[in-house]
Amino acid sequence: MTTNPNVILEVKNLNVEFTTDDGIVHAVNNVSYKVERGKTLAIVGESGSGKSVSSLAVMGLLTGSNSKITGEVFFNGKELVGSDPEEVRKLRGDEMAMIFQDPLSALHPYYTIGDQLIEAVLVHNKVKDSEARARAAEMLIKVGIPSVEQRMDEYPHQLSGGMRQRVMIAMALINGPELLIADEPTTALDVTVQAQILDLLRELQKEFGTAIVLITHDLGVVADLADEVLVMYGGSAVEHAPVREIFYSPQMPYTWGLLASIPQISAKKEQLDPIPGSPPSLLNLPKGCVFAPRCTFKDQVSDDACANKFPDLLAVSPDHEARCHLTESQRTAIRSERKIGKV
Amino acid sequence: MFPYIVRRIFVMILMLTILSIVTFLLFNAVPTDPAKLTCGKTCTPEIVAANRIRLGLDQPLYVQYIDWIKGIFVGRTYGSGTATFDCSAPCLGYSFRNGEEVTTMIVNALPVTLYLAIGAFVLWMLIGISSGIVAAKNHGNWKDRTIMGISLIGYSLPVFFVGLLLLIFVIVRWNLLPYPDYASPFEDPVAFFQTMLLPWFTLAILYAAYYTRLTRSQMLETMGEDYIRTARAKGLSERVVFRKHAFRAGLTPIVTSAGLDLAGLLGGAVITEYIFSLPGLGRLAIGAVTEYDLPTITATVLVAAVFVIVANLIVDILYAAIDPRVRLS
Repeated sequence: MTTNPNVILEVKNLNVEFTTDDGIVHAVNNVSYKVERGKTLAIVGESGSGKSVSSLAVMGLLTGSNSKITGEVFFNGKELVGSDPEEVRKLRGDEMAMIFQDPLSALHPYYTIGDQLIEAVLVHNKVKDSEARARAAEMLIKVGIPSVEQRMDEYPHQLSGGMRQRVMIAMALINGPELLIADEPTTALDVTVQAQILDLLRELQKEFGTAIVLITHDLGVVADLADEVLVMYGGSAVEHAPVREIFYSPQMPYTWGLLASIPQISAKKEQLDPIPGSPPSLLNLPKGCVFAPRCTFKDQVSDDACANKFPDLLAVSPDHEARCHLTESQRTAIRSERKIGKV
Repeated sequence: MFPYIVRRIFVMILMLTILSIVTFLLFNAVPTDPAKLTCGKTCTPEIVAANRIRLGLDQPLYVQYIDWIKGIFVGRTYGSGTATFDCSAPCLGYSFRNGEEVTTMIVNALPVTLYLAIGAFVLWMLIGISSGIVAAKNHGNWKDRTIMGISLIGYSLPVFFVGLLLLIFVIVRWNLLPYPDYASPFEDPVAFFQTMLLPWFTLAILYAAYYTRLTRSQMLETMGEDYIRTARAKGLSERVVFRKHAFRAGLTPIVTSAGLDLAGLLGGAVITEYIFSLPGLGRLAIGAVTEYDLPTITATVLVAAVFVIVANLIVDILYAAIDPRVRLS
C-alpha cells in the first residue's frame, strides 16, 4: 500500500503471462514503478519488450481468458489487480485513460468524431446530450481542432493523421483523468506532426495536471517529455532512472545500445550502431541475463555470470537502478572509452 | 450518397443488358431447332416452317433479340395476318409445351419461391446470427465448441439429404405433417404452413450453419480491432462494446452474404422445391429444361439473374448506409 499521496500509480512486481498453444509467454516479469501526479514516466524498449502489455494490464484491458496477471497495481491507493472488473471499468476513461499508436484504427470508422467523444462523456457523467456535446466541442478546441462544429460531424477517415490523434487525446482527456497512458502516440505520425502532438501533450499535462505513462521506443520523445525513464527488455525492467541520468549516466549495456542507435548529425560516423541480434523470445527466455545473448560486454564478466544468473535490479544511486553484472568501474571505463553519456 | 446510388444503378442497367444478350445467345446455342420443338406429334415440315415464321425465328439474330427485348417492355404480337397471337408486356415468350405465356407461368411460380426463400431466410438469419454471437462471446469454451460442432454437421449435410430425411421421418414414418400439397397462404394458411415448414427448415439448416460460422468469425475478428480496445479504454461496458461497437462493424460482410444468398434462392431452390413438390421457379426451370421448353428456360434464367443483380444493388446501398467510408469516398 502506497503511503505517498503524490503517487497516482504504483506498480509492484507485475507479472503478465499468456498461455498459448506453443507454451507460456512471459510478457512482463516482476516490473515495478511509480508515477507521481503530474509527472511523466517513459517506458522505453523494443517491440516485444512488454511495455505495451504492462500498460494494458494496468488499464484492465487484458481481458482474454489466456492471460494471467499477478502482482500489485495501486491506482490512487486502490489495488486494481484481482479487483472487480466493473470497478476498474468505471475508472477507465474517467480517472485513467489511454491513447494508442495508430489513431485511424483506434477510432471507430462508423461513428462521427462528435458521437465518439459524446459517448465518452456520457459513460461517466449523467448529463444531457447537449451538455455532452458542448463539452466535446470545448475539448476539441483545446486540442487544436479547427472548425470544431463541422469536424464533429465528420468521420475519422476524413481527418488527417495528426487531427485523428488530437481527437484521440481529446477523447482520453475529456473526463479529466489523473493518469494518461500514451502507447506510442506519435509513432504512426509524420515527423512534423509528432512534434505538434508532443507539444500538445505537454501543454495539456500542465493544464490538467495529468500524470503520463509514455510508452515509446523513440528516445527523442523521451528527452522531450519524460521526467523518469524505465527501460524494458525481454519483459523485465533493466534500468530505471530520472531522464537526465538515462542520457548522461546510463548504466546498462542495453540502454547504451539504445542511445548509440540514435542517428546523430554531429557524429562523424558513416554508420549507425545498431544493437546486434534480435529480442529474445518471451516463450523461452534465456536462463541468465535476458540481454546476455546480444551483449558485447559479457566477456568482461567473470565466471560466465551473464549466461547463468539474471542480475538483480540494484541501486546505482538513490534514484537510479540498473541490472548488470559489470562492476561500476568497468561500466565507467566502457562509457568513457565509447563516449556514452556524459563522462 | 446520391451519386453513389446513381452510379450503381447505371452499372446495374449495363449488367442487365449484357446479361440479356448472353441469355438470348444461350437460347440460340441450344443444339435443337426451336421451331421443331413447337409442333406436336403430328409434325409436318410445313407446320415447322409456318411456326418458324410465326415466332420470328426466320429473322436475323439481332432482330430476334430486339423483338424479344421489345416484348419484355411493350409486348409483342406473334405471327401475321389472321393467325396472330398477342403477348402483352412484359412478354417473356410463349411456351408451346404448356400452351401458356411464359410470363403467366413465372407469375404463378414466383410467389411460391418467394415464400420459401424468405421464410427460410428469416429462420436461418435468426438462428445463424444469434448462435454465431453466442459462440463468439464464449470463444474457446464448451458452448463455442458445441455450437461449432453442430454447425459443422449442419454445414456438411446436403440439402437433398436433409430434405429427404425430414420428408421420410416427419411425414412418412411419424405422420407429424400431411403430405406436402402447396396451397396459397391467402386461401388455406394452415395447409400452407404445413407444407412450408419442412422446406423452410431444410434450407435453413444449411444456411444457418454457414451464417453461424460467418457471424462468429466476423465478431471475433472485429473484437480484436483497435477501436474495440479504445471503446473498452473509454470505460464502456462489455455489453455496449459488443452491441454498439463490434456488431455494427462485424455486420457488413454478413449483409453482403445474406443479400446474395437470398437472391440466389429467389431464382429457385431447385432441390428443395422438387423434394417437397413446391410449384416454384426452380421446379419450373427444371421442368422446362427436361422438356426443351426454350422460352421458359431463357425466362427463368433471366429472372434469376435479375434477382441477383438487383440484390447486388441493394447490398451496395446497405453497405453505404452502414459504412460511412463507402458513402463518403
